Amino acid sequence: MASVQIRDVRKSFGGFEVLHGVSVPIEDGAFVVLVGPSGCGKSTLLRMLAGLENITSGTISIGDRVVNNVQPKERDIAMVFQNYALYPHMTVADNMGFSLKLRGANADEISTGVKRAAEILALTPLLDRYPRQLSGGQRQRVAMGRAIVRDPQVFLFDEPLSNLDAKLRVAMRTEIKELHQRLKTTTVYVTHDQIEAMTMADKIVVMHDGIVEQIGTPLELYDKPDNQFVAGFIGSPAMNFLKGQVKSNGSAGFEGPNGVKLPLKSAPANSEGRPAVYGVRPEHFTIADDGAEAEIVVVEPTGSETQVFAKLGGEQVVAVFRERHQFNPGDKVRLKPDPSLVHLFDETTGKRLNA
Amino acid sequence: MADIALQPRPAKPQIREATAWDQLRTNRNWLGFWFMLPAMAFLIFFLAYPLGLGIWISFTDAKIGRSGEFVGVENYEWLWGDTIFWLSVFNTLLYTFIASAIKFAIGLYLALLLNENMPFKAMLRALVLIPFIVPTVLSALAFWWIFDSQFSIISWSLKQLGLITENINFLGDVTWARICVIFANIWRGVPFVAITLLAGLQTVQPSLYEAATLDGASKWEMFRFITYPLLTPIIAVVMTFSVLFTFTDFQLIWAMTRGGPVNATHLMATLSYQRAIIAGQLGEGAAISSAMIPFLLAAIMVSWFGLQRRKWQQGENND
Repeated sequence: MASVQIRDVRKSFGGFEVLHGVSVPIEDGAFVVLVGPSGCGKSTLLRMLAGLENITSGTISIGDRVVNNVQPKERDIAMVFQNYALYPHMTVADNMGFSLKLRGANADEISTGVKRAAEILALTPLLDRYPRQLSGGQRQRVAMGRAIVRDPQVFLFDEPLSNLDAKLRVAMRTEIKELHQRLKTTTVYVTHDQIEAMTMADKIVVMHDGIVEQIGTPLELYDKPDNQFVAGFIGSPAMNFLKGQVKSNGSAGFEGPNGVKLPLKSAPANSEGRPAVYGVRPEHFTIADDGAEAEIVVVEPTGSETQVFAKLGGEQVVAVFRERHQFNPGDKVRLKPDPSLVHLFDETTGKRLNA
Repeated sequence: MADIALQPRPAKPQIREATAWDQLRTNRNWLGFWFMLPAMAFLIFFLAYPLGLGIWISFTDAKIGRSGEFVGVENYEWLWGDTIFWLSVFNTLLYTFIASAIKFAIGLYLALLLNENMPFKAMLRALVLIPFIVPTVLSALAFWWIFDSQFSIISWSLKQLGLITENINFLGDVTWARICVIFANIWRGVPFVAITLLAGLQTVQPSLYEAATLDGASKWEMFRFITYPLLTPIIAVVMTFSVLFTFTDFQLIWAMTRGGPVNATHLMATLSYQRAIIAGQLGEGAAISSAMIPFLLAAIMVSWFGLQRRKWQQGENND
C-alpha cells in the first residue's frame, strides 16, 4: 500500500490541453473517487496514473517514488477496465494468473495466488470457465480478481460498473466497498455517476473541463459545495438554482426571479443588491405559510418520497418531500427553503458566497 | 343497439383440400427449394458438372477430336510410372509449402506493422494491395522480364556493382527457376494474407493490450499470449485459401516458365494443361488434375479442424 501524490499534472493531446494543472493528494489506504461529466479528464488522469498515457508536465508519485518515467508494470498498480479487458482465450484462472506467469512465478505460486483471490471474490467454481461463459457481474469480479492477485500498491478502477444493469451495479458497489474495507489497498476509482461517488468514496475529487473543482468527503461536497458546478453535480435530484440579487430588508433576504422573496440566514458582507444565484436542494424545501407561492406542475411519487415539480417565480424548481402531501397539478403551495441550508453563488464566477 | 340493422354475414369461404399444385406453390419447404434452385443450378453447371466430367474423362482414353472410351484406371497406372508426373507432384508440394510459409510470415509481419499507428497509414494499406490488384498474367510478364536471361535488371544491377561478371540465368537454371517462380508467387500472395490478418488484428480490443501492459507483458509476450491465440481462427481461414490457391496455381508458371527448364517448375496444374490441351491427351491430363483432389481434400480437412470453434469462442456473447 502506498499514498499517491498528483502534483500540478497537465496533459495535452497534440496542441490541445485536456488537463490544466491537476493536484490531488491521496492518503495511504484511501478510497478516492474521481467524478465528473464525460470529457472532464478523469479517465485520462487515471490512465496517466497507470502509465498508459504519458505526463505532459507535473509529477505523479506512488509511495515515495516519482513514476513519471516508470514503466506501467514497474508501478505496482492494478487496473480494472470499463469493459473488463479479460483475455477471451484464457480461462478465469489463467486470466487471473497471467501477471504472475509473466513475472516468472512457478505453477504452485500461481495457483496459490489465484485461489486466494478466487476465494475472496467467490470465484472458485468459475475458475475453469472462459469469459464468454460468464455473466456481466461475474466478469466484473474476474477483472477485480485479476487485480487482487497482483497484490498491488494501488487499485485503479475505470468506470467498472457502467456496463452492468442497475440492480447489479448497486450490488457490485457494495461489494467493491467491502473489498476495500478488507484489503485496505489505496484505491482510485473513476466514475461519472455521482451516486457511486457519494456511496463509495472516502474522498471525492470533482473534475470539470480538465480542472479539479473541489476535493472533499462526500458530505462536505453535499453540505458545502465550493461552487455552482459542484453544487449542481452532487445530489439527486439536482440542486435548484434561482437567479436574482441579495436584498436584505431588515433581515437577510434574496429577491429571486419576478420578485420572489427567498430567505437567507445571513447575507454575506457588502453584498446588498449584488446579483447572485440562490441554490436550494429539493429536499430542503418545506411547506410553510411564509413560503413563496408556487404552482405545482407535475407530482412524481416514488413511495419513500414524492418529487414535486413546481413553478416558483416563473422558474421550474423541484422539491422532494418525505411526508405524503396531497398535491395535484395546478395547486398553489407555499414553498419555503430552509434558510440555514441554502447556498449562494456568484453569478459570474459561480464561487460560493455564503459561509 | 337495437335500431342498428344487422349486416347479413358473409358466407363462409369453402374449405377445400390443398391440391398438389397449391402445395408446390405455398408450402414453406417447397418454397425454400424454389428459392435455392437458381444458386443450385449455377453450382451444378459450373462446378459439379465440370468436376464430374473431368473425373469421368480421366477414366477414358479421350483425345482432342475423339470422345474416348472407358479404360478404367489405365491413365492412373500410366501416371504411377511416369517420373515427370512425380516430379510435378514434388514441385507442387515444394512450391506450395515454401510459398505459403513465407507468405504467412511476411503477411503476418506486414499486418502487425500496418496495425501500428503511423503516418500515411491509409495510403500504405492501399499500397500493400497493389500486387493483388495487378492481373496475374501482367505481373508474371513483368517478372519474366525482370528474370530474363539477357535483359534482367537484376543481373544488370549486379554487374554494374561489380558483384558478378556474367548474367544469371534465372529462368534457365533449375534451382534459380524454382526460386524465381516461388518469389513471384509470394509477391502476389502476400497482400491477401496481410490484409486479411490485418482485419483480424483490428478485432482485438485495444484494452486487452493495455491490460497486458499493466500485467507486465513485453511486446513479444503480448504477441505470443494475446495476439497470436486470438488470431488463430483467421489464420486458419487465410492459410487454407492461400494453400488452395498456391497448390492450384497455373497462370504465373505458364506465363513465366511453361514448366521449364526440364520440367523443374512444372506444377500439377501446368502439366495437366500441357498434356491435355497442348498434347491433346485429354484422358491423361484429366487424370493429373484428378490426382490433385486428394491433396486438396487433405488441405480442406486440416482447415476444417482448424476452423472448429475453439472452446473459448463458445458460449453466449453478451458484451
